[in-house]
Amino acid sequence: MLEIKNLHAGVNGNEILNGVNLTVKTGEVHAIMGPNGSGKSTLAQVLAGREAYNVTEGQVLYEGKDLLEMAPEDRAREGLFLAFQYPVEIPGVSNMYFLKAALNSIRKYRGQEEMDAVDFLAFNKQRMKFLEMDQSLLNRPVNEGFSGGEKKRNEIFQMAVLQPKLAILDETDSGLDIDALRIVADGVNKLRSKENAVIVVTHYQRLLNYIIPDFVHVLVDGRIVKSGGKELALELEEKGYDWTKGENEKAVVSA
Amino acid sequence: MIQTTEQKNNWYQSNFEMFEKSLNGESNSSTHALRRNAIARFNEMGFPTTKNEEWRFTNIAPIAKTNFKPALSYAANQVALKDIEPFVFHGTHRLVFINGHFSKELSSVSILPKRTFVENLATALKNSPELVGKHLAKYSKYDENAFTALNAAFLKDGAFIYIPDSIVLEQPVHLLYVSAGSEDTVASHPRNLIITGKHSQLSLVESYVCLTEDSYLTNVVTEIVLGEHSVVEHDKLQIESEKAYHVGTIHVYQQGKSNYTSNSISFGGSIARNTITAVLDAEGSECTLNGLSLATHQQLVDNHTTIDHAKPHCNSHELYKSILDGKSKGVFNGKIFVRKDAQKTDAKQTNKTLLLSDEATIDTKPQLEIFADDVKCTHGATVGQLDAEQIFYLRSRGIALTTAKDILTFAFAGDVVARVHIEPLKEQLEALIHARLGEGRQSRDTQ
Ligand SMILES: Nc1ncnc2c1ncn2[C@@H]1O[C@H](COP(=O)(O)OP(=O)(O)O)[C@@H](O)[C@H]1O
Ligand SMILES: [Mg+2]
Repeated sequence: MLEIKNLHAGVNGNEILNGVNLTVKTGEVHAIMGPNGSGKSTLAQVLAGREAYNVTEGQVLYEGKDLLEMAPEDRAREGLFLAFQYPVEIPGVSNMYFLKAALNSIRKYRGQEEMDAVDFLAFNKQRMKFLEMDQSLLNRPVNEGFSGGEKKRNEIFQMAVLQPKLAILDETDSGLDIDALRIVADGVNKLRSKENAVIVVTHYQRLLNYIIPDFVHVLVDGRIVKSGGKELALELEEKGYDWTKGENEKAVVSA
Repeated sequence: MIQTTEQKNNWYQSNFEMFEKSLNGESNSSTHALRRNAIARFNEMGFPTTKNEEWRFTNIAPIAKTNFKPALSYAANQVALKDIEPFVFHGTHRLVFINGHFSKELSSVSILPKRTFVENLATALKNSPELVGKHLAKYSKYDENAFTALNAAFLKDGAFIYIPDSIVLEQPVHLLYVSAGSEDTVASHPRNLIITGKHSQLSLVESYVCLTEDSYLTNVVTEIVLGEHSVVEHDKLQIESEKAYHVGTIHVYQQGKSNYTSNSISFGGSIARNTITAVLDAEGSECTLNGLSLATHQQLVDNHTTIDHAKPHCNSHELYKSILDGKSKGVFNGKIFVRKDAQKTDAKQTNKTLLLSDEATIDTKPQLEIFADDVKCTHGATVGQLDAEQIFYLRSRGIALTTAKDILTFAFAGDVVARVHIEPLKEQLEALIHARLGEGRQSRDTQ
């Protein structure tokens, strides 16, 4: 489903990603862990098409297509979804209006009929229940004045409405208390299927108790220095990221 | 240079003489004395240049250069109700003016409360000369402003609204000014006078629209006098031909504890200048001025506002926004005077501009002159572009780039549009904004 090959990207000539390689197949859950500033969000944003980052080298194939050639909206329409680490506030645009515009543009792209207001509302209700989200958030401007937790929940709610094939969750656990974490993780788990895949970006192991990954990768200084099964997350929790530093040096030497 | 000014004055002077002849027996009236003084004053002043501080950023040379002819009186069969249907709001008292001339056929005023007037000014001058004479041209000073002088010189018709004490007019009054096209490049000088009694209420809509994309000048002066405790909500929509000139001057005079709100929505013309001056001349009054301008191509939209806090304990709120695309230009000048006596004044001014293209520009100037010491006055001006992070967020959810920009631009306009309480007007505004955003996009795509 997703094949990242030797991806280099940065801002204003500063390289942040230094050759990332990663393959994700349908039905899999991958966790990307790593210390602050290692490039996790940059990777997520580059995959979603953020133009602020320049890709200087490498390739990304998404369902066999060249992802980096696609406009951000086309990536979304093709089923890619990024739950932002810091969702932006958009005053003056209601969450409901925004989501309806998003869903309908995706449906239109896929040759499906656009949803009218009544159907959309019913559809939403069902999705909200599933995330135990407060209905009033829908009528408020997108993320404006939302608490950290509400913003994260709103991201997952959008995911539930848009039903992506590949979801990238960037630190969705931060800012959530334990109950909210469980609800959000439940939501993600219910959306999992054989047809889709999830990349969970986090720097704590906590979320991975609820969303069990098939693979764990450690990103340090813009490069994956270690990959393993779910037990790698526990190991990291125990030993800290310093433990992987040596791995990184080894990787640099062998490069 | 002087030569051309004189020629220009000769043009308006000779037009005035023709106009005078057409008035026949009316030339002894006090109104006519006003006209004569005004044309004399106009001849002295001439049109302002950019050397005049009030016109520094708005070069009206194209107006000064054009020999506008007086709009010939309108033939009743020239424009039919179906032509103006898109601009009409049902459930309003409606006065329609075609090229500045009152159209009885297209107007529609339902039954009014006793002693209430919603009629054309020419009728009022004839039937209620005392009432009109007491207020007409008492607030708008023609000796300082060439356009006001020209309007006073050619003063003949417009709207007259009088709401007696304690009357709440249920239906809004809609003044619809239609430019219907003409073989000549014409000027019209409508004059509106609105008087509200104590404890009365009025909702007023002015709209300036066109049926053809001609060049013409609309030079309108509106005087509004609010009685004690009266409430006036005034929406102005201005969408002229892109070859036309609009100079709209509003003077508001507020008596004790009155409440005036203006929502001025301007889609411009070639040059549009909206001037609004509110004098808060008694304690406890409140004045709210909101504005939204949307310009594209080579348009120039200028908003000059003055709020004059003459007495203590008055509040004013001002929110002016501009959305500028193409090579358009915006001008905003917001004066707030707080006179020596006007203690406990609370005045707030906000001016925000959204530039949608690299070639659009804005000149913005807040001007606070405060002579009292116990007051609260704030102002803020921002000029910016659409937020890249917000655009990306919308796109990352599958929304097309152009749609994302439109959604954000619309949201920027939203808080001004939301202040319009007349539902069909609000819907019309929303449709016009969407259309204007589309035009701006097209002009950028074809560049
Ligand atoms: N837009 C940007 N401009 C400049 N530097 C950036 C930008 N985005 C990220 N960086 C830098 O790149 C590095 C990686 O950041 P990020 O991808 O956010 O890390 P993580 O998500 O792993 O904490 C950091 O040093 C950060 O300061
Ligand atoms: Mg991050």
